[in-house]
Amino acid sequence: MHLIELHDICKTYHIGQLDVPVLKGITLTVDQGEMVALMGASGSGKTTLMNLLGCLDHPSSGEYRLDGTDISALTADGRALLRNSKIGFVFQTFNLLPRTSALDNVIMPLTYTTEDVSDREARQRATALLQQVGLGERMHHDPAQLSGGQQQRVAIARALVNRPSILFADEPTGNLDSHTSKEVLQMFQQLNRDAGITIILVTHDADVARHARRVIRISDGQIVDDAPVLETVEAAAPQPVAAPGPAMGGMS
Amino acid sequence: MRKWYRTFRTALRALRRNVMRSILTTLGIIIGVAAVIAMMEIGSGSSNAIQSTIASMGANNLLIMPGTAASGGVSFGAGSIMTLTPEDCDAIIRECPEVGTGAPVVRARTQVVYGSHNWVPLYIYGTTAQFLGVRDWTTMAEGEPFTDRDVRNGSKVCLLGRTLVRELFQNQSPIGKEVRVKNVSFKVVGVLAQKGANMMGMDQDDILLAPWTTIKYRVAGTSATTANQSAPSSTAAAGSVNSLNQLYPNSSVALYPAPSSTQAADTPLPVRFANVDQIMAAARNSEDMPVAIRQITVLLRERHRIRPGEPEDFTVRDMTEMTKALSSTSVLMTNLLLCVAAISLVVGGVGIMNIMLVSVTERTREIGLRMAVGARGRDILRQFLVEAVLLCLAGGAFGIVFGRLTSHLVSTLLHWPTALSVAAIVAAVLVSASVGIIFGFYPAWKASRLDPIDALRYE
Repeated sequence: MHLIELHDICKTYHIGQLDVPVLKGITLTVDQGEMVALMGASGSGKTTLMNLLGCLDHPSSGEYRLDGTDISALTADGRALLRNSKIGFVFQTFNLLPRTSALDNVIMPLTYTTEDVSDREARQRATALLQQVGLGERMHHDPAQLSGGQQQRVAIARALVNRPSILFADEPTGNLDSHTSKEVLQMFQQLNRDAGITIILVTHDADVARHARRVIRISDGQIVDDAPVLETVEAAAPQPVAAPGPAMGGMS
Repeated sequence: MRKWYRTFRTALRALRRNVMRSILTTLGIIIGVAAVIAMMEIGSGSSNAIQSTIASMGANNLLIMPGTAASGGVSFGAGSIMTLTPEDCDAIIRECPEVGTGAPVVRARTQVVYGSHNWVPLYIYGTTAQFLGVRDWTTMAEGEPFTDRDVRNGSKVCLLGRTLVRELFQNQSPIGKEVRVKNVSFKVVGVLAQKGANMMGMDQDDILLAPWTTIKYRVAGTSATTANQSAPSSTAAAGSVNSLNQLYPNSSVALYPAPSSTQAADTPLPVRFANVDQIMAAARNSEDMPVAIRQITVLLRERHRIRPGEPEDFTVRDMTEMTKALSSTSVLMTNLLLCVAAISLVVGGVGIMNIMLVSVTERTREIGLRMAVGARGRDILRQFLVEAVLLCLAGGAFGIVFGRLTSHLVSTLLHWPTALSVAAIVAAVLVSASVGIIFGFYPAWKASRLDPIDALRYE
């Protein structure tokens, strides 16, 4: 069974009298443990597709099965619970809570969990994840005291705190410089390789897309190309992400 | 449970992230609640003061009058038969829990003489020392009131009202002097404080108070001095000389048949040796007047051995007009305060709603994020609602402190009467919580209805 099964998904927005079709029949499967890049120019529908995949939105027609669950049949609350338990999000703009420590930011999704997680366990999980992304010493800093790369790493830790099986990253490197981007992307690769987490990257940048193992190109609401990446940019000299490099701090 | 605890913690954290805004928002409620508490305390203080003033006018007084005698179709009016005794009064004080105190009254109307001055006071009352308590007249301008011992002994002592002092003594101190009432000398032992006119415009200071025993046995001789003079009085008319008897021999014409001896035996006039003209009693508080009246009625029916269904040989009257004035005053005060309280709390609530709406707009992205990581609409609703209620409760708590402080300052600096109002505090807490829920609901609902995609992209 595939982790993600899309069958003939259409999404049409109604703006006034006008029907604007954004996705025009997308059929797609993604398996557990894949690392996929969704590529496309702006306006191609890649963000809409990611919203659908991330259960933030529901399709106008077509069938979407996530881990065997029919998403089209779920209510908004049902999708919220599913997002909480199975999906992690990393955004271009980080979206950390201001004036809230990194630790509390990471714990935040556990507020809404239906699992039985004690406060103690929540703290332990968040601490472990922050150490894993190399921010063990900066747990009690506010986002304003962290660099862009560090903020994005906090966001990644936050996305992982509920132990999701899929991680969606919407232009995760859009606000980062090339060096930090590379580190963040390497972190994704490592998570994919070591923890077996399915990662879906949305990007318009071919360099970013090359870090994935499979690239799906979208144009005008349709898949135009779906191919494995031939020369994957694996971490050339795999360094442990847990050890913060000297270049990681002090830039934004 | 844990969910609520976490929501509570999240809300607290969100409020702490914007300390200044939270404080400013709460200020509305703080001022509202403080105003309510201060107003209620000052108001209930003034209300108490007004009530005790009105009560001193006699609003809580009950007048127990003997029943009506009728002879041959002529009614002699209230108080024409003597059915009340001083023992009735003692029993009322002893056995009616709602009656605070009471005093028997024997009335007389005659001339009071001192030296070359004379005066007929409006009231000459023979009573006990409790009378002053009943009429809320315990402050003496000079001297001391007479005692129970004076009443027992029939001592020839009296208290004078200010008017009497003015007329007889030209405002000189009368203490220790002797005035003559119907050729009986009374030693003045005290002067009553000024009370002014009553609601009917009668000068209440035009009064002489003496032990009822003295007035009854030495001055009045009979207590029927106020009885209907147009009808022949059984006791007073006996010795009087009417020079017009020959001209108008009205007494010889019998208009109505004289009651036969059988009739007289069937309706014996209850003759009591020591009867009094009326009993005045004071209810413990003016709200319980009906209860006091019921208790007195039951007790006196029992004491006078009146069978069920038979008419009473006494009437109990209260100062309905004054009681009404009293209760309408306090109702008016309460309503006024409620209006002020409601307005200030609504204003505070609208302030909370405004800030919460601003907060929802400002935190749209946060809401979107929370929804993206799995918060349901109701989680968001709960969070914002808890925030609003926390703000309101904090405002309520500080408001109570400030309100108490204000009323304390007012009572110490301005010397206005204030009274601690527990009801106001409880109401303030309840109202501030409900204001939080009511005015917090709309912003919270609005937040919970946001679409996570739009919210995340909101700039």
